[in-house]
Amino acid sequence: MKRRLFLLIPLVLFVVLAVFLYRGLALDPSARDSSLLGQPFPSFTLSTLEDPERQVDESLLKGETTLVNVWGEWCPTCKQEMPQLLALEKRGIRLVGVDYKDTREMGHEFLEKFGNPFEVNVFDPEGALGFDLGVYGAPETFLVDADGIIRYHHTGYIRPEDIEQTIVPEVEKWRAD
Amino acid sequence: MACRLIQALALLLCLSWSATTLAAIEVREFDSPVQKQRYDSLNGSLRCPKCENQAIGDSESPIAGDMRERVYQLLQDGRSDIEIQNYMTERFGDFVLYNPRLTGRTWLLWGLPAALVLLGAIIIGFIVRTRRRASNHALSAAERERLDALVNRERTQ
Repeated sequence: MKRRLFLLIPLVLFVVLAVFLYRGLALDPSARDSSLLGQPFPSFTLSTLEDPERQVDESLLKGETTLVNVWGEWCPTCKQEMPQLLALEKRGIRLVGVDYKDTREMGHEFLEKFGNPFEVNVFDPEGALGFDLGVYGAPETFLVDADGIIRYHHTGYIRPEDIEQTIVPEVEKWRAD
Repeated sequence: MACRLIQALALLLCLSWSATTLAAIEVREFDSPVQKQRYDSLNGSLRCPKCENQAIGDSESPIAGDMRERVYQLLQDGRSDIEIQNYMTERFGDFVLYNPRLTGRTWLLWGLPAALVLLGAIIIGFIVRTRRRASNHALSAAERERLDALVNRERTQ
């Protein structure tokens, strides 16, 4: 009888492996946490899209919980995302844009066409700030708390349902602390 | 049929050729052949964060180009390979390393093959030992008598 039980070992191994792999099927291979969570927002000195003379740095993000959205005129998903960002702005959330790998003309054109929910836009034509943020595509959104620490990272498109499900709860969570 | 095959092969050849020439368009000057070698091996060991499974040295994605540029600049600054890999993981996470580091989360990944080899060795040792014991087992006087009786009965029949 005891020996018979040993015959079940392959079956047990198979079941364990099958469960493990089955769970893997439901994972999104492009979803991964930013390595900057809990880290201060990277330091930068760049001009704004609105005023080429005005230089801003990371202190721009201190004092209030802010959503930093990385966008570009060349990015079709960013256009789809704008209504959601406008809705978030209406909810009283502070938004700062990073115009990533773009030209000033295209950036202005984009904001005129799709609306401007951003308090200010950091102009990052070389993608230098984007690189330090680990951005590998747009859109990407970072939640920065009042102390300038990155608390939440949203890769890719913010769907309309994400506003209530994730973005607003995360903002409120880090505002309270 | 053969024509189809040749067409497919030609297409494949063209694709691989265009990929290598594209990488060759980036002109970089190196201080030494060793630096060039380090540049190539770093490009092979870093995974493009945007692509599904490509090293930054093989990818045409814009972010891979930015990363190659940064690897080059950091090499020019005299940074070590480890420092450059750290620089990339600080920004893009452990995902960009093709060889993940041994940490609390990756011990299973590194340890499992060794553990399986060890388990296999233990099982083989166990089987060998039981077989050897069985073959060494000598017949007692009574068993020998019974064996003789059985063999003889067979012969007489």
